[in-house]
Amino acid sequence: MPKTIIEKIWEQHVVYEEEGKPDLLYIDLHLLHEVTSPQAFEGLRLNGRSVRRPDLCFATMDHNVPTRNRNIITDPISRKQIKTLQENCEEFGVPLAGIDHPDQGIVHVIGPELGLTQPGKTIVCGDSHTSTHGAFGALAFGIGTSEVEHVLSTQTLWQSRPKTMEIRIDGELGFGVAAKDVILAIIAKFGIDVGTGHIVEYTGEAVRKLSMEERMTICNMSIEAGARAGLISPDETTVEYMKGRRHVPQGAAFEEAADRWRALASDPGAVYDTTLTIHADEISPFVTWGTNPSMGSGIAGTVPMLTDFDKEADREAVRKALAYMNLEEGVPLDSIEIQHVFIGSCTNARLADLRAASEIVKGRNVHPAVRAIVVPGSASVKRAAEEEGIDQIFLDAGFEWRETGCSMCLAMNEDAVPAGERCASTSNRNFEGRQGAGSMTHLVSPVMAAAAAVEGRLTDVRNYLKEPVPSA
Amino acid sequence: MQPINEIHSVMTPLDRQNVDTDQIISKEFLKRIERTGFGKYLFYHWRFRPDGSPDNDFVLNDPRYAGSDILVAQDNFGCGSSREHAPWAIQDYGFKAVIAPSFADIFYNNCVKNGLLPIRLPEEAVSELLEKGKREPYQLQISLEDQTVRGADGTVHSFEIDPYWKQMLLNGWDEISLTFQYEPHIEAYEKKTARA
Ligand code: SF4
Repeated sequence: MPKTIIEKIWEQHVVYEEEGKPDLLYIDLHLLHEVTSPQAFEGLRLNGRSVRRPDLCFATMDHNVPTRNRNIITDPISRKQIKTLQENCEEFGVPLAGIDHPDQGIVHVIGPELGLTQPGKTIVCGDSHTSTHGAFGALAFGIGTSEVEHVLSTQTLWQSRPKTMEIRIDGELGFGVAAKDVILAIIAKFGIDVGTGHIVEYTGEAVRKLSMEERMTICNMSIEAGARAGLISPDETTVEYMKGRRHVPQGAAFEEAADRWRALASDPGAVYDTTLTIHADEISPFVTWGTNPSMGSGIAGTVPMLTDFDKEADREAVRKALAYMNLEEGVPLDSIEIQHVFIGSCTNARLADLRAASEIVKGRNVHPAVRAIVVPGSASVKRAAEEEGIDQIFLDAGFEWRETGCSMCLAMNEDAVPAGERCASTSNRNFEGRQGAGSMTHLVSPVMAAAAAVEGRLTDVRNYLKEPVPSA
Repeated sequence: MQPINEIHSVMTPLDRQNVDTDQIISKEFLKRIERTGFGKYLFYHWRFRPDGSPDNDFVLNDPRYAGSDILVAQDNFGCGSSREHAPWAIQDYGFKAVIAPSFADIFYNNCVKNGLLPIRLPEEAVSELLEKGKREPYQLQISLEDQTVRGADGTVHSFEIDPYWKQMLLNGWDEISLTFQYEPHIEAYEKKTARA
């Protein structure tokens, strides 16, 4: 019987199954960071337990780290959290890319870079955007801290078999449309909880043409559609990306691995519990206007009218969102002025993203009313960008060029948007206060963020592009 | 983990959809390295105004619901970040159960692993509860054993829960100790797949 990649990976990882119980799944890679791990390590200590397979763990520091003055962490509690991770990794033998390490970066950016992320693996991390790694055809999902402790102790997790969902993107993406627009359009069309209880596979012509970076952007935001995980069947683009990465086998062993990876792809005729389709024609450069990622529209649109919604509960949610966002019904999206631009996060801070955004700002200036920052996704992205001179393009235009970390994506360090101010952001969440108490977030692609920085308001990046958009 | 079964309390009506974990516990409070002490920060930016004074329009500041063990909200509760600090904060504040038409997956798991009972009821049932609970303090009686939520006026709603989670919650079991019993299977798996 034809199988989906989800079923194939699942079946390869069942350690134990019994009627009436979730399956016990083996975990191939456990990524850790400083915010969701301290209580898990503490649990191990309290119970006299050890880490079963430190060789299958990898830790980094990203959420709290300063992106300026790397070694001056002013907040004592942040400092303690960072120090705690360091001590825990030493005590339990877990490999760590600490704050000054050349491999440091946002956990979901470095996993793929180092080749730790591989097709067919089960990957977990105490972080909901673990779904990013699904771009490689891995089964990757976020877990809570109790589950982090469980994986540390046993290298397994009890998981109920989720339902499967196919989201097919037909056709060819239009001029100026980035991967971020695709996922924002999917969430706007199908809703913020469409994927609840499901693992999503993205399929279709448009997906096949995407680069690995673009696929990561899409899988990253699966959680914003409520899905447990999102993935894409491996193909030659995947195999090509894996070649030569540090933790990937070389030579004949690579060819063997590549054949195994190719065989993981969903079989033709495989059946999903649900299939949804969206046509590339429906997708244009996107922005969000509200306080969850489904509240968005193409840049040519307007803030909706309350009368556009049938259900009172929806009208109430929109009313609250507009009050928070300080926006009136019916306002054209491209008239909204912004004061901040953030190019960063695990959604959109890889080299291809920075390259694409730099093309837009090249030879232009950041609007005088805007503060714009670029926070590369990893130390290695930063080095590569600097080698290409991308940092200089941003600096010349008036952007700040920072050290790597999560930064303004969640504003746990000192990078925050002040109350009452607006940010065009390449991150993944526009929840109330996400970028700082009282801050207002508009989610956009890197090129849209770059154009907004120049214009001082949300704007259609296609006016800045003469030829088809560079891949981002 | 504390075993749970019967909960008898007035309900707190939080009439909102898509309550995300950033609202439940805001990131500035995630830096603690303990599991406890998050309750005072629960829904912080809804409970308090920017100047630190309590916002009396927010339901948690309504004295009629003080000491409530049961939080009732609209659909997709707990969406967003995987932070387990969210159920820790809800529990530390004093709630023992959350009722909603639907929960985000990771949040739901995080609840059961901490002995906080998440209850899915049909949307109409939840709307009804919210209406009653907003009008005047409304008592609910939850039985995990019977899988029922009984209202003060005699209305009864039953709910579904995975039998595995139900046993864990009723007995207050530690999942890791349970999994250690499967060690031979884990070893066998590692051998078979050459992961040893
Ligand atoms: S960049 Fe943002 S979404 Fe990604 S891991 Fe960091 S905080 Fe989470």
